[in-house]
Amino acid sequence: MSSGTLYDKVWDAHRVTTLPNGQDQLFIGLHLVHEVTSPQAFAALRELGKPVAYPQRTIATMDHIIPTVSQSRPFPDSQAEAMAQALEKNTADFGIQFLNSPQSNQGIVHVVGPEMGLTQPGMTIACGDSHTSTHGALGSLAFGIGSTEVHHVLQTQTLAANRLKVKRIVISGELGRGVYPKDVILRIIQQLGVAAGLGYAYEYAGSVVDAMGIEGRLTLCNMSIEGGARIGYVNPDEVTLHYLKGRPFSPTGEAWDRAVLYWQTIRSDANATYDATVDVSGGEIEPMVTWGITPAQSVGVTQRLPMIGELPDTQQSVAKDAYGYMNFKEGTPILGTKIDVAFMGSCTNSRLSDLEIAASVLRHQRVHPSVRAMVVPGSYWVKAQAEAAGLHEVFLAAGAEWREPGCSMCLAMNPDRLVGNEVCASTSNRNFMGRQGSPTGRTLLMSPAMVAAAAVAGRVVDCREYVS
Amino acid sequence: MMIQGRAVPIEGSDIDTDRMVPARFLKELTFERMGDYLFYDVRFEPNGGQKAHPLNHPQFQGASIMVVGANFGCGSSREHAAQAVKRAGFKAVVGISFSEIFSGNCQSIGVPVMTASPESIQALSRFIHDHPSASLVIDLQSMTLTYESVTTTITMPASRRDAFLSQSWDGLALLESNHAKTQALADRLPYGPIQIRSTS
Repeated sequence: MSSGTLYDKVWDAHRVTTLPNGQDQLFIGLHLVHEVTSPQAFAALRELGKPVAYPQRTIATMDHIIPTVSQSRPFPDSQAEAMAQALEKNTADFGIQFLNSPQSNQGIVHVVGPEMGLTQPGMTIACGDSHTSTHGALGSLAFGIGSTEVHHVLQTQTLAANRLKVKRIVISGELGRGVYPKDVILRIIQQLGVAAGLGYAYEYAGSVVDAMGIEGRLTLCNMSIEGGARIGYVNPDEVTLHYLKGRPFSPTGEAWDRAVLYWQTIRSDANATYDATVDVSGGEIEPMVTWGITPAQSVGVTQRLPMIGELPDTQQSVAKDAYGYMNFKEGTPILGTKIDVAFMGSCTNSRLSDLEIAASVLRHQRVHPSVRAMVVPGSYWVKAQAEAAGLHEVFLAAGAEWREPGCSMCLAMNPDRLVGNEVCASTSNRNFMGRQGSPTGRTLLMSPAMVAAAAVAGRVVDCREYVS
Repeated sequence: MMIQGRAVPIEGSDIDTDRMVPARFLKELTFERMGDYLFYDVRFEPNGGQKAHPLNHPQFQGASIMVVGANFGCGSSREHAAQAVKRAGFKAVVGISFSEIFSGNCQSIGVPVMTASPESIQALSRFIHDHPSASLVIDLQSMTLTYESVTTTITMPASRRDAFLSQSWDGLALLESNHAKTQALADRLPYGPIQIRSTS
């Protein structure tokens, strides 16, 4: 069993009690709510006639269902409009702050939380969304939960939870030019597999993580769940403090000083023990591209797609499913794979630094005539910052669309979706069958630089030829 | 606690919750119809015609135990997937391994999720294929699954097993009963509630 890790310390600081069945009851310091997984929970509260126990530890925004061309109301999709109205009514009736406008910074919940300083080290955070693991980048324990658990948190501010084991993933060396946090996490998932994290929290460490900005760490932690780990985190350091200082919900004055003292105590001890440790060589990571239907099915951009017979037995049947679905051939290079759509956005890669990288590739370039390219900022703040820096002009001049913030084509609960068996170069997190809205659509996950370069070339290319 | 019924094998690893309930169905405000959407895009053609999927096979109609592979229910936390399994009439799921969030969602709504060795699951799947009308018996007391003369060991976390055996899988009342301890913990936390601020 692990001891002395951030996971252990934050868990212990939030343990209300141990329940008769052996699970711990954990206090949730911050509950983030969105429109898709909360209406069922609020309905259950209403049925029981119960209030939200700690409305001031609860905050809502809307991201999954909102259109990104225009967000004027009512939404053309009556189901989306009904969801929006339900969240408006629920937050109003139960006294919950709702970030529902450009001014209040509506956006993807996992972009908004960190950038507004809501997400802080040493917190427990819950949200009805599996990518809640994102918030661990600031040193919090963040739980993706289902709607019944959302109801439990609304009504009691607690969760019944089993303690996970802790696996330390040490990424040593330094990343090469044109290699980004997205490539690091895709490489980790390729190396460990999509089920290696079952039963574990992932602690990311090592020189690559130390040198990474918070936005990169958010990308890293975001896709922990794609490796099976419900929780991923990075120990807070100077980079974390620098990032949090001065954000709207960050503490100020004496409260800041007290918070920093707390944050320093929750770092994993130098002599902490882990249930497992994995080493990843940062210098060997190439720009990565997925070719299949799970995020582990990826290759370095200079590599060929695997031969099914050469894969471990346990991977062969899923590889067969993947080749059947993707209609790709074993042994062909990933370079040159034609794409139809380029999507830059999602809770994985829609922050300012992601857009800066994409813009650096697209500057003075044109999107290939056969490609539909769209850039979707993660929040209204990201949008405003990008526009202040003139990035939108780069995207528009290149022939890409510049949209309003939302989850967009990551999961196709809104009008942004693939058509037929289109191939999409995507900065999102899941290449599951049908994920981007067409039951036969195909997703290639990659970094913002790789997607931008693919948009220009109309096919998968090595972004290192496009970045200076 | 005993669960008895016929089973259906859903083969393959890493079956994600997007495949179990495609995202477009999540735009419904309630879980009511989720049972109709289980595995929708791999069961039905866009025109509504049926594809070859175990849930469409006549011999597996009425099955109440789902037998699955490794890392079942991975991906999205959507409880819609667990709800779909329950509302389509399944009382238990047995597989090689499960995503944490999916198995937690199943616990929250009273559907036990159990694991068995890859060899046991393979043998069980073969048996069901050959004997679709045979009945399985799952016993959470002895943690066994029995079919014909075969008895297989099944596992689940002790806390989860306790929750089912004591009929306390809906832990809400218990969580709520600790409200005084909860408040005491909130009072001693090193950080407070959200400061409501102007964000314009």
